[in-house]
Amino acid sequence: MTHVTNVETAEVVKGRSLWQDARARFFRNKAAVASMIVLILVSLFALFGGMLTPWSNEEIDWNLMGDVRTLGGPSFETKHYFGLDPLGRDLYARVVQGTQISLMIGIVGALISVIVGTLYGATAGFIGGRLDNIMMRIVDILMAIPYMFVLILLLVVFGRSIFMLFVGIGLISWLDMARIARGQTLSIKNKEFVEAAIATGVSTPKIIIRHIVPNLLGVVIVYATLLVPSMIMFESFISFLGLGVQEPLTSWGALINEGAGQMRYGTLWMLGFPLFFFLISLFAFFFFGDGLRDALDPKDR
Amino acid sequence: MNAQSPLLSVRDLKVWFDIKPKGAMPWTSPDKLKAVDGVDFDLMPGETLGIVGESGCGKSTLARAIMRMVPAEGGTVLWLGDDLLSLNKQGMREHRKEMQMIFQDPLASLNPRMTIGQIVAEPLKTHYPDVSKAEVKTRVREVLDRVGILPNMINRYPHEFSGGQCQRIGIARALILRPQLIICDEPVSALDVSIQAQVINLLMDIQQEMGLSLIFIAHDLSVVKHISTRVMVLYLGNVVEISEAEQLYRAPGHPYTQALISAVPIPDPKAHAENEVMLLDADLPSPLNPPSGCVFRTRCPLAEKVCAETKPPLTDRGNGQQVACHVI
Ligand SMILES: Nc1ncnc2c1ncn2[C@@H]1O[C@H](COP(=O)(O)OP(=O)(O)OP(=O)(O)O)[C@@H](O)[C@H]1O
Ligand code: SF4
Ligand SMILES: [Mg+2]
Repeated sequence: MTHVTNVETAEVVKGRSLWQDARARFFRNKAAVASMIVLILVSLFALFGGMLTPWSNEEIDWNLMGDVRTLGGPSFETKHYFGLDPLGRDLYARVVQGTQISLMIGIVGALISVIVGTLYGATAGFIGGRLDNIMMRIVDILMAIPYMFVLILLLVVFGRSIFMLFVGIGLISWLDMARIARGQTLSIKNKEFVEAAIATGVSTPKIIIRHIVPNLLGVVIVYATLLVPSMIMFESFISFLGLGVQEPLTSWGALINEGAGQMRYGTLWMLGFPLFFFLISLFAFFFFGDGLRDALDPKDR
Repeated sequence: MNAQSPLLSVRDLKVWFDIKPKGAMPWTSPDKLKAVDGVDFDLMPGETLGIVGESGCGKSTLARAIMRMVPAEGGTVLWLGDDLLSLNKQGMREHRKEMQMIFQDPLASLNPRMTIGQIVAEPLKTHYPDVSKAEVKTRVREVLDRVGILPNMINRYPHEFSGGQCQRIGIARALILRPQLIICDEPVSALDVSIQAQVINLLMDIQQEMGLSLIFIAHDLSVVKHISTRVMVLYLGNVVEISEAEQLYRAPGHPYTQALISAVPIPDPKAHAENEVMLLDADLPSPLNPPSGCVFRTRCPLAEKVCAETKPPLTDRGNGQQVACHVI
């Protein structure tokens, strides 16, 4: 026992968790760090960009409205930094607002998939047997539905609304994640630390939360960051078809659609600015996700 | 000690797994893999029972069935008189604190996302959720110190330790509830030879100190020799011999045990020559389709006609030795 008292006084050594290791590896990856900075800048733009302009996204500049094609280009004099849209509204304000919607759609989709998909998949995989069978068949059935078609129908029947868009995204985004989480769970479930927890009598929900989910999280986070851009593209596609968010609200997809429609008049800024934000953000998400994957799973490189 | 009643008493324990043949239709009935097929043994308080057998003979499955981590097909597992297999979940949970397990792969048996302090504390917090933080910490430090891990390492993660240290942490986790039985499933197979001895000695010291019973699984006899009071030899889910350790090494009864002993390097060459029984070359039969009669007959040099017809029962041969063989 004297031995115990000896070490009792010694300083407790800090450990390096796997997360800390991953963070160090991530910060050594230049492309990933650059992408992270881009994403931070884009988010700041979405959150605070509106403060830099006197214009709102729905106000029409009556002075210039008749001459958008000739006078509506980007200019500091008129305070339309990105020019005007075809209706004479400030494009900068509209891009800020579109960025908000697009990012929100990406993030909500990713969050739903992380929370619902991970817990659903981990539960199915861990409990196994008939419950697993039923739960995964439900996923199969939902996946077999041509969701784009269903969503378009919903939007047509119930009218275009951002709420409907979120419902649609919520319905589909977690399905892949549930499958991924289940697959990973099956392999983690047979690890001895889970057996040890079962043998000690730890309850099933606690095992899932404490032992399974934290070990899934690496894969889940990577998949979620890669899901954000695909959700954004999904929304953009819907908006491109003219079924997305409702005016005066807008999104990257809707803005690109609008700009593309004006291309033949030479008002390229209308396409260029939203397209620029759309592209750099998507690239940044992909590189960021890639960097996370390398950092979280060094064996997989 | 023989007058005492056994701590654990296993009777006719069977664990069968359903195996679907490849490409089978959903409605075809699955094949039965008899991983454990009628095992009987008693474990006395304070005793160490070694279990040996080739890979795949059902050692882990037997251990897991006792802990009710796989469902048993039949039989009884009496723990201090209660049949564990017929308890409900809550009743079983109460007994889980009395029996703990140590695993083969030391690193894999520790959750990589938890600190070793959290890992060792988990059983305590699970069974006594009301224990104060300070008390948990003291208990964790004490038990880590006992297994030879500096208690100021509690905030470190498993990957920061060596295999031997990880196994010590696993032992600490098993000890924190002060159980009566620890089942060690090949606890040293994954370790370097030099470290194997340290871990085995640690287990023996702790056993002496706490009066624990141990079930010690290994796939070769030399490891078990040092630690066991009695040894049980498994073959394809069947017990072929249970003996006092001394007796088993001196005069192995079953032809399979003899073959195993002859494979262990023995310092005295004369003893070696006497025990010479070579396994026939035949492969280990599949547990999906075990041989009729004596499961060992396809590899037994002494097999006779009767061996294919009836299964030899485990019979007492005196000197605390039980052997399942028609001929010997
Ligand atoms: N969950 C399971 N489902 C189906 N078959 C299983 C399962 N677990 C084990 N088996 C089979 O049961 C048999 C016994 O396996 P077990 O793991 O108990 O062997 P073991 O003696 O511990 O071997 P090892 O020395 O390799 O650990 C093997 O044939 C194995 O394939
Ligand atoms: S019963 Fe027959 S086959 Fe089995 S071990 Fe004895 S002699 Fe060999
Ligand atoms: Mg095993």
